[in-house]
Amino acid sequence: MKHLLGTEGLDPATALAILDTADGLKRTLLGREVKKLPTLRGRTVITCFYEDSTRTRVSFEIAGKWMSADVVNVSAGSSSAKKGESLRDTALTLAAAGADCVVVRHPASGAAHRLASWLAHTNTSVVNAGDGTHEHPTQALLDMATLRERLGSVEGRRIAVVGDVLHSRVARSNVHLLTSFGADVVLVAPPTLLPTGVADWPVGSAGSLRVSHHLDAELPTADAVMMLRVQAERMHGGFFPSAREYSIAYGLSEARAAMLPDHAVVLHPGPMLRGMEISAAVADSPRAAITQQVANGVHVRMAVLYHLLAGEEDAA
Amino acid sequence: MPPRPRGAPEPAERRELLSAGDVARTIARMAHQVIEKTSLGASGARPVVLLGIPTRGAPLATRLATRIADFSEVQVPVGTLDVTLYRDDLRRKPTRPLGQTALPPGGIEDALVILVDDVLFSGRTIRAALDALRDVGRPRAVQLAVLVDRGHRELPIRADYVGKNVPTARSEEVHALFTETDGRDAVLLHRTGEGA
Repeated sequence: MKHLLGTEGLDPATALAILDTADGLKRTLLGREVKKLPTLRGRTVITCFYEDSTRTRVSFEIAGKWMSADVVNVSAGSSSAKKGESLRDTALTLAAAGADCVVVRHPASGAAHRLASWLAHTNTSVVNAGDGTHEHPTQALLDMATLRERLGSVEGRRIAVVGDVLHSRVARSNVHLLTSFGADVVLVAPPTLLPTGVADWPVGSAGSLRVSHHLDAELPTADAVMMLRVQAERMHGGFFPSAREYSIAYGLSEARAAMLPDHAVVLHPGPMLRGMEISAAVADSPRAAITQQVANGVHVRMAVLYHLLAGEEDAA
Repeated sequence: MPPRPRGAPEPAERRELLSAGDVARTIARMAHQVIEKTSLGASGARPVVLLGIPTRGAPLATRLATRIADFSEVQVPVGTLDVTLYRDDLRRKPTRPLGQTALPPGGIEDALVILVDDVLFSGRTIRAALDALRDVGRPRAVQLAVLVDRGHRELPIRADYVGKNVPTARSEEVHALFTETDGRDAVLLHRTGEGA
């Protein structure tokens, strides 16, 4: 594996290898005072963020540092992008400066793929840390790691993905990954927040995809509820009448959470809009796996860096 | 496949160095050596911990502990120590899956840790194991037990307990097999052909 650009087309065996490695890393580091492994000593990881982010950037930074890689953070606001440098020139500069891996977040869908094509002739790997409304593969992998911990396996499980599917790269990456591992995914959203042609999304052969507009009808049979963030920064126009109305129809309140089976898990990729997408009581309940997702994020990203950077140099 | 008569030659490219019976006897002898060298069971003896290096060091460590218990009635704690993340050849080979590190409940602080591996070759696995060990605790001393020492060391490392010394050519490969991982006990020598 040279790049990690998305979960669409990600071979399930590779995804499983990443998840197993993440699990192994978690066990290896459990209870250790010094969480540092020498595995990627001498490798350089550059995180290049054209959008604001706390958890993803910090998670990649910690992951790189725990593997002993040198991690350099670049954010668009303080880089030459502000002076008008193109993404291509920035990428070539980073590769020429000696980056073994560029972790990129960009508001444009497809940016990570373009970056990978520009860097095809170099040894630099690209990890997509979120491109526009397209994909966010490490988020889907960490969600999968969390679901595996909580539910054992996702095969045959029903996962409800709730909220702003239209603008959500998390939803797209999760649909590909979850269905390829045999989960039945139901997208629950108002019609205005569903992409056109959603029914034709490519789905992993082992699972299924369905669309629903009624959250209450889906909750009693859901093994996991994945709440999405309402991405106001990507909304140019009215997608729903008011935050209150959205909350009443699609927010995960305490009353709604009570409709879930006892074993059901609640996930949220963060940052949460408490009171609108999810009530504070549900977010802080034992059912919620939100901080567990963040913790797993570090191990999953360590595993991704390990698979990209530790193997044979000329291995594809 | 019918068992090969004792002493009959294996095909040139694959020779059995140790049979299942030889493996059992060798492990028993190593157990005696460990008991003697560490004064196990004697009053005032310091705690001993066996740490097997996955994959095949792990069953070997367990077997060694069983034999030690048979002979000395001392239950030696057994764990595993994965060294993958500490290897210095990661970039030369395809990505390796991780093994399992599981320390015994008492940990390894101030214990005499005996690292256990199936085949000792360049010594790089053991160097990685010493690095890994440093990250999980501070043993009082570290010793090394191997079923086969095939030579060709690239680092100044030697084993304290050796089941069998086997002079080999670099082009040859030595494989230790255990029932737990391979369905049978044996040590095999493979000739890969080139430069043999």
